Amino acid sequence: MTLRSRLLSPAGIAALAGTALFLLVALLGPVLFVGAAETSNVPERLLAPSAAHPFGTDDLGRDIFARVLVAARVSLLLTLGATLVSTVGGIAYGLVAVILPRHVRRLATGLLDILLAFPWLLMVLFFTVIWGASAMSAMFAIGISGIPFMARLVYNLASSVSGRDYVRAARVVGVGPFGILVRHILPNIANPLFVNAAATASVTLLSFAGLSFLGLGVQAPEYDWGRLLQDGITRIYVNPLAAIGPGIAVVLAGLVFTFVSEALAGGGNGLRAVGRRAVGAVAPLRPAAAPAPRAPMAADAPIAEVADLRVAFGTADGGEVERVRGVSVRIAPGEVVGIVGESGSGKSLTAMALAGLLGTDARITTTAHTFHGIDMTRPLTAADRSVLGVELGMVFQDPLTSLNPALTIGRQLTEVPEVHLRLSRAEAREHAALALESVGIPDARRRLSQYPHQFSGGMRQRAMIGQALTGRPQLIIADEPTTALDVTVQRQVMGVLRTAQRETGAAIVFISHDIALVSAFCDRVLVMKDGVVVEELDAQRIREDATHPYSRALVACLPDMTSDRTRPLPVIPPELAASALAEEVGV
Amino acid sequence: MNALEIDRLSVRYGRTTVVDDVSLAVPAGRTLGLVGESGSGKSTIAAAAVGLVPLAGGEIRVGGIPASGRGAAARGARRSLQLVFQDPFSALDPRMSIGDSIAEALRATGRSWSRDARVARVRELLDLVHLDPDRAGELPAAFSGGQRQRITIARALAGEPSVLIADEVTSALDVSVQGAVLNLLRELQERLGLSMLFISHNLAVVRYVSDEIAVMRHGRIVESGPTEQLLDAPAAQYTWDLLDAVPVLGVRMADG
Amino acid sequence: MTATPPPATADLAGAPTAALAVRAEGRGRGPSLSPRTAFLLRRLGRLLVSLAVVVVASFFLIHLVPGDPVRAALGIQASPELVAATRAELGLDQPLPVQFFDYIAGLLRGDFGDSIRTGRPVSETIAQRFPATVTLGVVSFLVALLAAVPLGIGAAVALQRPGRRVADAAISGILGMLIAVPGFLLAVGLIALFAVQLQWLPAAGWGDPRDAVLPVLALALGPMAYLARIVQVEMSGVLGATYMTTARAKRLPGRLIYLRHALPNIITASLTVSGLLLSGMVAGTVLIETVFAIPGMGGVMVPAVGAKDYPIVQGLVVVYALIILGVNLIVDLILVTVDPRSSITEG
Repeated sequence: MTLRSRLLSPAGIAALAGTALFLLVALLGPVLFVGAAETSNVPERLLAPSAAHPFGTDDLGRDIFARVLVAARVSLLLTLGATLVSTVGGIAYGLVAVILPRHVRRLATGLLDILLAFPWLLMVLFFTVIWGASAMSAMFAIGISGIPFMARLVYNLASSVSGRDYVRAARVVGVGPFGILVRHILPNIANPLFVNAAATASVTLLSFAGLSFLGLGVQAPEYDWGRLLQDGITRIYVNPLAAIGPGIAVVLAGLVFTFVSEALAGGGNGLRAVGRRAVGAVAPLRPAAAPAPRAPMAADAPIAEVADLRVAFGTADGGEVERVRGVSVRIAPGEVVGIVGESGSGKSLTAMALAGLLGTDARITTTAHTFHGIDMTRPLTAADRSVLGVELGMVFQDPLTSLNPALTIGRQLTEVPEVHLRLSRAEAREHAALALESVGIPDARRRLSQYPHQFSGGMRQRAMIGQALTGRPQLIIADEPTTALDVTVQRQVMGVLRTAQRETGAAIVFISHDIALVSAFCDRVLVMKDGVVVEELDAQRIREDATHPYSRALVACLPDMTSDRTRPLPVIPPELAASALAEEVGV
Repeated sequence: MNALEIDRLSVRYGRTTVVDDVSLAVPAGRTLGLVGESGSGKSTIAAAAVGLVPLAGGEIRVGGIPASGRGAAARGARRSLQLVFQDPFSALDPRMSIGDSIAEALRATGRSWSRDARVARVRELLDLVHLDPDRAGELPAAFSGGQRQRITIARALAGEPSVLIADEVTSALDVSVQGAVLNLLRELQERLGLSMLFISHNLAVVRYVSDEIAVMRHGRIVESGPTEQLLDAPAAQYTWDLLDAVPVLGVRMADG
Repeated sequence: MTATPPPATADLAGAPTAALAVRAEGRGRGPSLSPRTAFLLRRLGRLLVSLAVVVVASFFLIHLVPGDPVRAALGIQASPELVAATRAELGLDQPLPVQFFDYIAGLLRGDFGDSIRTGRPVSETIAQRFPATVTLGVVSFLVALLAAVPLGIGAAVALQRPGRRVADAAISGILGMLIAVPGFLLAVGLIALFAVQLQWLPAAGWGDPRDAVLPVLALALGPMAYLARIVQVEMSGVLGATYMTTARAKRLPGRLIYLRHALPNIITASLTVSGLLLSGMVAGTVLIETVFAIPGMGGVMVPAVGAKDYPIVQGLVVVYALIILGVNLIVDLILVTVDPRSSITEG
C-alpha cells in the first residue's frame, strides 16, 4: 500500500487528526491554561461540572479541565521517553542476539522468554523500589520493562529475514554481519518495527497512568493524567467527572497511538473499497428456489457436467475480475479427464466449481451444473448431500494441510461411512482399515490411530485417496495431487490412483501443470489458459493432434527424455504467453 | 583439470549426516548435473561449497586450489565459485533495487569499484542476461518470476566466477518460462567459458543441460557418468526407478 | 533404454522419512522418553530456571538500591541505633554469600523475614492476603475465558456469511475499545456508572458476592476482548484451511464440521494466549485491589514499594512469580494432553 492510500484510510485520517490535536494541546496547554490549572482558588473548591468548569474544580479550587490539558505535555513526554527506551533497548538486544553464535544466542533468547513470562507491572514495581518513586525513575522503569517484548519482536523479525535467500546470497559474496544488519535486515524490519513501536507507545501511556494512579509515578506537586485520576477517584461519589475526565484523556491518547500504528501497518481498508465491498456483498445471490426432484440418470448421461462456467472474484479496490471465463466440461462415467495449464489458467477453480466447493467470496454463474443427476445450481437436500459425500472424492495438493492435523486418520476416514452410509463405529473402522490396505498402507489398523503428521507425504496422499474410497466414489477430483511429492513417490501414488479407479469404476478429473504426467495417466486432456479451454485432446496423441498455438508451444518447450540436447529449447513467445504471467513481463 | 572438485565431503546437521563422503568433479567448461529427490542432500552440497554451511569432513577445490582456510589463494578460490539460488521471490532483497543487489555481488571480485565502473558493469551484466539495462533502478516486485531468476544469474556472474552452481533454478518457474532460463544458462556457459554444477530433482531438465550426471540418494552418490551412457544403461536400481518414474508425453503409464 | 532392469529390491512404499520417524517415536535408541514426557521435563526445567532468576533478583533488590537502603527505608530522622538494629535484623552485616544462603534457607522454610514498618512476619501478611487476590484472579480469568471463546467463534462464523462485513466492523470496533481501555480506568468508569449513578453495586469492600461483581468485570473485560479477538482470528484462519474444504467436500453436517474439525485446531492458540493473559491479570489485580480497596496482596504491595519495605516486596515478588509460573505450567500440561503435536513442535 502506498503511503498516500494509507494516510487516506480511516485509520490514517484518525491518526493524523488525533496526532495534530494532541500536539496542539501538548504545546499550547501549559502556556494557555496554566493559570486556571494551578492557581489556588479556595472559594471555588469542589464545584460540580458547569459551563465555566467542564469537569468541576478540585479541593483547591483549580479547574480540572485545565489541569487535564496542562498535564497532557507531561504525560505524553514521559510516554515517548519510555517508548524510546523500550524501542532502542529492544532493537539493540534483538539485533545483537541475531548475530551471536548459536549457544550464546540460546542463552540470550532464553533469558528473554523468562522475562517475558512476567507481567510488566511487577518489573516496574521492582525498579521503583530500587530507584524510588519519581517521574524519571518511572519512565526508566517502564521503559526497561518494555525491552523484553521489543527485543523478542526484533529478534523474531530479524531472524526470519536473515534466513532468507537474499541474505545468504550476500553472505556468499562476502558481506560481513554488520553489513547484512544495516543493508538488509534493518530496511526489511523497519515497517513492522514502527507499527509495534506505536502500539507500545499506546500501552506505555496506559501503564504510566496506572503507575501514577498508584502514587508511584509522577509525584506532587507535579501532575500527570494518572495523578489526576488518583485525586479524582477519592471524590468519585461527589464528582465523577473529576476522575472520568482524565480517564477520557488517557483513552483518547491511547487510541490515537493505536490508530497511528494501524495506519502504518496498512491493509486494504480504504473508505472507498469498504463502501464498494459493502454494496457488492449485499447484492442478491442466486434466487432461492425450491429444490428440484432428483431426475433419474439417462444411460449416456455424464457423471458430472458444467456448462459455460464463469467464476469471478472481488478485487481490493472494489472491482471484479473473472478468472474462469465460460468453461464447459462433461465427464462420462469411468472416464479419466485431465486439465492441464499454467498458474492462473483457472484449472483448479474449474475443478472446485465442479465439486460445488467454492466459497462465498466467489461469484459463480453457469447455465448447467449437475452431478449424478443432482442439479447443483439449486439448494441441496440432505439426501443430495449424502450422495455427494459418498460419491464425490477429493484429493488436494498439499497432503499436510488437506488432512486435519488435530484428528486421527481413523477419525477422518470413518466419517463418511458413519454419517452417510450409516455404519456403526466398529463397521466404519473396518471399512476404513480396508480402504487403507487397498491403497497400499501396511499395518492399517494400527495406522488408524495415528495422526497425519506421523505419515510421510506419499502416505498422506494415499490416505486421501483411501478417504475417497471409504464411500462409493463415482468421481474423484485430484488437484495437483503429486506436485509436492518426489517423482518416485509420485509414481506410486499414481499407481494407487489408477488401481482405485479400476476397482471402483469411478471417473477421475486430474489437474496438473505437468502435461507429460497428464498425458500418461488420462484418457482425455483439456488445455486451459487464462480461464478458457483452448483445446481438447486425446491424451495419447497430444503431440500429434495439438493444433492450437498455445498447446503446441506448451508441448514443444517441455524438455523430456527425448529432447534434442544439442539445440536450444523452444520458448513460448510473449504473444502466446498466458496473460497472468505476461502482465508482469516487461519484455 | 577439473574446474571444481568436491572431495569426500561430509556435512552434518546436529546428529544427522546429511552428506556422506561425497566426491564429485566438474570438468572445465562442462556441466555436471546432480539429480536427487528430497532429502538426498544435493542442496546441502551447494551450500557447503560456497561456505554457507560448515564441513564435517572433506575438501572443496576450485581450479585445484583448496577453498577452505584463510590465505589469499583460498579466498580467491571461494570467490571463483558462485551460487544461483532457487526461489526467485526470496533471492532478491525486496527493498533494494536490482542494480544495487547486483552491485553488492561485485564484492566477490575482490577488487574495489568506482561508482561509475559499478554502474557500467551492472548494465553489462543485465545485458548479458537479456534484460533492459535501463531498469536497473527498479525493485524486484516489478519483474516476473522468470526475469527475477535472470537477475539472480546476473548477480552470480558479477563475482566473475569460473564455476557456477545452479540450485533448482527452474523448479519455481512455470514450464513456459523454464526454457528461457535454461537456454540462457547454456548460452552463458559458451560465451564465458563457465563450468557448471546443475542441481535439480527433474531428471529431464538435468539430462538436457548436463554433460555428465551424478545421482544422489540419502546423502550418498549412487552412481555417476556421462549423460547418455548413464541414462541408457544405469547400473543402480535407484537410477532405474528414477527413470521409470518420469512420465513421458504420449506414453500411457503402466498399471500398478 | 536397451538393457533390462536389475531385479526389484526394497519397496519404497512410504516409510516415514528419517526425521519424521525420529520425532514421532522419540530418539529411537531403545526405551526412552516419549515426546510428551520430554516436553514436560523441558518445561519443568525452564520453570526452575525462571524461579531461580526471580529468587536471585529478589535477593539483590536491597543491594541494588543506591546509597544506604536502610536509611532510605527508615527516613532521615531515624536514629543511628534504629538503623543499626534494622541493618542487623536484615542481615546486611554478613558477607554476601552468607546472606544469600540465609535467604534461600529462609525461603525453603517459608520464612520471608519481617516487615520493616510493622515488624510482623511477611509470611503471615501474605497468608492473610493471598486468598482475596487468588479469588479475584481466578474468577476473573474464568469469566474472561468462558465469555471470549464463544464470542470469538461466533464472530468468525458470522464473518463467513456474505453481507456481514458491517457486523465485522462493529465487532472489531467494540472489541477494540475494550482492549484500549485498561482495567483500572474501566474500574473507574464502572464505579461511576453502577455505584455512583445507578447505585446498584458497591464501590468498595470484600465480603459479599455483590462486592465482587465490579472488580471482576473491570479485571476481565479487557482480557476477554483480547482473547475473543485472538479466537476469532484463529477460527477464521482455521475455517479457511484446506482441511476444512476436505470436511465440506465430505458433506458433513455443519455442526460436525465446526465442533469436530475446527474447534480442536484453535485450542492450542487459545490456551497459549490465555496463559499469557492470566499472567497479565495477576498484575491487574494490584491495580484493581487498590481501586476497590480489596484486602489482597496488591493492597500491601503498593505501600510497601513506596515505603521501601524490602522484605514485603521480596516476599511478594517471589509469591507472584510462583503463581505465574505455576499457571504457565498448568497451561502447558493441558496443552500437551489436548494437542498431540505441541510436544513436538513447541518447547
